[in-house]
Amino acid sequence: MKSDKQLIDENGVRQDGRKPDELRKVTIEAGVLHRADGSCYLEWGGNKVIAAVYGPREAIPRHTQNPLRAIVNARYNMAAFSVDDRKRPGPDRRSREISKVTSEALEKVVLTDYYPRAAIDVNIEILNAEAGTRCAGLTAAGVALADAGIPLRDIPVACAAGKIGAEEQDGTFTGGYVVLDLGKEEDNFGNADLPIAIAPRTNEILLLQMDGHLSFQEFEQALEYAMKGCHDISKIQKEALMKQYHSKEGEGQ
Amino acid sequence: MSQSEREIVIPSQFLGDSNQFKSGRGTFIENGKIYAQIMGILQRNDKYLNVIPLKGKYDAIPGDMVIGVVIEALGSSWLVDINAPYPALLHVNEVPWNVDFNETDKYLNMGDSIIAKVSQVDTEKKLQISMKDRNLFKIKKGTIVEIDSSKIPRVIGKKGSMIQLLKKYTHSRIHVGKNGRIWIDADLSNTAKVIEAIKIIERESVSFGLTDKIESYLKQ
Repeated sequence: MKSDKQLIDENGVRQDGRKPDELRKVTIEAGVLHRADGSCYLEWGGNKVIAAVYGPREAIPRHTQNPLRAIVNARYNMAAFSVDDRKRPGPDRRSREISKVTSEALEKVVLTDYYPRAAIDVNIEILNAEAGTRCAGLTAAGVALADAGIPLRDIPVACAAGKIGAEEQDGTFTGGYVVLDLGKEEDNFGNADLPIAIAPRTNEILLLQMDGHLSFQEFEQALEYAMKGCHDISKIQKEALMKQYHSKEGEGQ
Repeated sequence: MSQSEREIVIPSQFLGDSNQFKSGRGTFIENGKIYAQIMGILQRNDKYLNVIPLKGKYDAIPGDMVIGVVIEALGSSWLVDINAPYPALLHVNEVPWNVDFNETDKYLNMGDSIIAKVSQVDTEKKLQISMKDRNLFKIKKGTIVEIDSSKIPRVIGKKGSMIQLLKKYTHSRIHVGKNGRIWIDADLSNTAKVIEAIKIIERESVSFGLTDKIESYLKQ
């Protein structure tokens, strides 16, 4: 991965002017769709994501039912217009993988024992993509689940960290900075990306993927950054959930 | 419910220690601490901590009166949609008629609405309903409106105050199913009035003084 662009300068300021441990701007709104049981619209830098939750409802086809607990089906989908050149619609290898890991992460926080034989469907629609959509999608899904009134152990939240700006010489990398929340250029031309999802109350890791190379120390540092980022976004999630009811309460008085 | 202040809690919010309180509805215990599991209004009793949901699917409890729509007539039973995650089973023995085998569709068919009672919920959440009781019947006229089941207590009001109000001002028959469906039997203009009132209740379910507000609306 070589690039003629300088992703980070010697003062540790990134292309978009962020510091290494600074997040992009995140705004969340809960309950945006009326047909879904729960929903959420999220903007994370240039990412625009809608998540909708349906259920719990009877799992179909029947053989997917679990007589002891509910199953969580997340479906991650990128709109054709979400990227620069048109994305071919429909599930591909990448979106299937993200759907699977998201389902597994969400299943860990939903109290599935309450709804045996049922399915909880989560649709995550990426309207605009700009690096870190799986984190944005999972974060939106967490808010949508809470908005749907589904019993949760915790509201899941995701965030990524990575490494940018390393020099390559004969296949070995030197230098580089560990940074929080990679932007588009940083994701494309950076050295490593580490998206994680956690349950913020217990710091339990629900998802951890890594792309690229990190040394052990760099990994520890990146994990620490990403954890901190998750906690910051968790606060925004909770504010978004509270906001919809506080505004309503105000109207009624 | 305390009328002075309503505290809204979100899932995973810490509510109290389990040696001080008991974990009631909508909460769970982890390492001796009680947390909320759903979004809702916190209710503190002397002993229990409950969270009353603000939104969510209907959770069937035996004894609830529900309004269901038949989705299938089987050999000796019907499958009824009662807004729960699962369809409910209505057996021929549980209806007020004498039904012969394979003649179930002569009495209730797909799309028919009934007022029934939840008779059994097992550990697998298999639901059974019954029509053998007073005030349970097949609906032949009137209108059914659907709202979120968590808002039904507000439509009923304290000791039925809200529902009495609606009946008094519109001269209508109203049956409220715990599953979020409400059956209204009245003439056209009164039906519209009740539906509008119910919509106000649903929209402003978190606010105070709702009964007075509805009364002034109905007086117009």
